Amino acid sequence: MSLIATALDLILSGDAILLDIIALSLRVTLSAVAIGCMIGLPIGAGLAMARFAGRGVVIVLVNALMGLPPVVAGLLIYLLLSRSGPLGPLDLLFSPTAMILAQTVLILPIVIALTRSVVEDLWGEYEEQLRSLNTSKLRAIPTLLWDGRFSLLTGVLAGFGRASAEVGAVLIVGGNIAGHTRTMTTAITLETSRGNLALAVALGMVLMTVTLALNAAAYGAGQWGRRIAG
Amino acid sequence: MRETASILPLQLDGLGFAASGERLLRDVTLTVRPRRRLVILGPNGAGKSLLLRLCHGLLRPSAGRITWAAPERAARAQAMVFQRPVLLRRSAMGNILHALAVQGHARQARRARAARALEPFNLAALADRPARLLSGGEQQRLAMARAWALVPEILFLDEPCAQLDPASTRLIEEMIARFSADGMTIVMTTHDLGQARRLAEDVAFLHRGRLVEASDAARFFAHPASAEARGFLAGELIL
Ligand SMILES: Nc1ncnc2c1ncn2[C@@H]1O[C@H](COP(=O)(O)OP(=O)(O)OP(=O)(O)O)[C@@H](O)[C@H]1O
Ligand SMILES: [Mg+2]
Repeated sequence: MSLIATALDLILSGDAILLDIIALSLRVTLSAVAIGCMIGLPIGAGLAMARFAGRGVVIVLVNALMGLPPVVAGLLIYLLLSRSGPLGPLDLLFSPTAMILAQTVLILPIVIALTRSVVEDLWGEYEEQLRSLNTSKLRAIPTLLWDGRFSLLTGVLAGFGRASAEVGAVLIVGGNIAGHTRTMTTAITLETSRGNLALAVALGMVLMTVTLALNAAAYGAGQWGRRIAG
Repeated sequence: MRETASILPLQLDGLGFAASGERLLRDVTLTVRPRRRLVILGPNGAGKSLLLRLCHGLLRPSAGRITWAAPERAARAQAMVFQRPVLLRRSAMGNILHALAVQGHARQARRARAARALEPFNLAALADRPARLLSGGEQQRLAMARAWALVPEILFLDEPCAQLDPASTRLIEEMIARFSADGMTIVMTTHDLGQARRLAEDVAFLHRGRLVEASDAARFFAHPASAEARGFLAGELIL
């Protein structure tokens, strides 16, 4: 009990180190989500509308990548950014940028796969009407993305959930450097192994709260969407 | 209605459509004349909706030819209201704005034009409602308003009054007459023979994928030439 009390005290007193860690975590994950959406929405929509040889293979691949283990994503970005890697000269390893990159790799397949399926279903429903209006497939994409906005939001939140909960990728490419690349999940790992359980529990509670808020938001968005969009 | 050459008449020559080896529509030869109201009649499954889709360019014919008088302008000068209207997940107004935007209407002019289209269909009060939560009849009126907002030269209507109450049906019939008076060509299907008599100038009667009869409406209703049409008008179940 005293452990939870200490943890709560840490949170409520606005412990500077704790706040820094939370802020960095949110910055990294939100950036990754934003980049993932900017790339993933158009690619997913394109994949839904385009017909080309090997399309089925690409779809299966993207779906499979949704289950990519975070440590493997981390390893991939590590190899890319390490001194001898192709992007080594940029000197990005063990920086927040590297962590954003790694989490983007995790989020991207989720956004692409979900966008693909949402847009494809909507196109099936709208095709005749849109073609009747003389809409090209390219012009249809913004229409379909907008009309699928509530379903897409759920997917984006799922991507956020996956990235904020993972520890493997950010640990490998970020290095868990105090005050620089330490996130909630890497801090929990470290503080637990060090026996500093109060901080670990405090971070765990914050993380749980974020996850809970996220799911509430996803549920709310779905309900609201059904009500206003039908 | 406009200065440029009309896309009509529309000429269908030996038009056929087959899906998975089955010939659903065969050898339809028909002229859709400008500024006329053509009503396509026939029992369920006769191929009426298929014929409208083929004319509108949504399906590719497996036989025969579709010829517009001005092919280069044909695609943009037609609109269609489907048997089951498809409305986007936006407000009633949003649906019309979207159609206008897709067809390249100037942004500033869209809102006024959309409002003008909603008004005669008694939808002004519902403009901001989510389109897909409107009642079946309201949705059908909205689909109609959306098509009309595009000011097509030819309007394909697939059972436009199927879900409407008597008052709305009368409203739609008045609107169709008004479009027609404005010079719009109408091609529509209906199962309401009273409506067909009120609106049709020309009739095409389809039966099991064949065009059995095409004539002017007065003659069709007074003296149907084929046994199938006589049976249809008498309300017999013809198979
Ligand atoms: N894409 C398709 N593939 C296979 N069969 C089809 C297809 N579209 C229509 N059909 C069939 O073609 C026939 C004609 O269909 P259509 O929708 O044109 O009938 P309709 O005359 O409009 O009937 P209704 O009065 O019930 O609306 C039907 O038997 C239908 O099952
Ligand atoms: Mg039909």
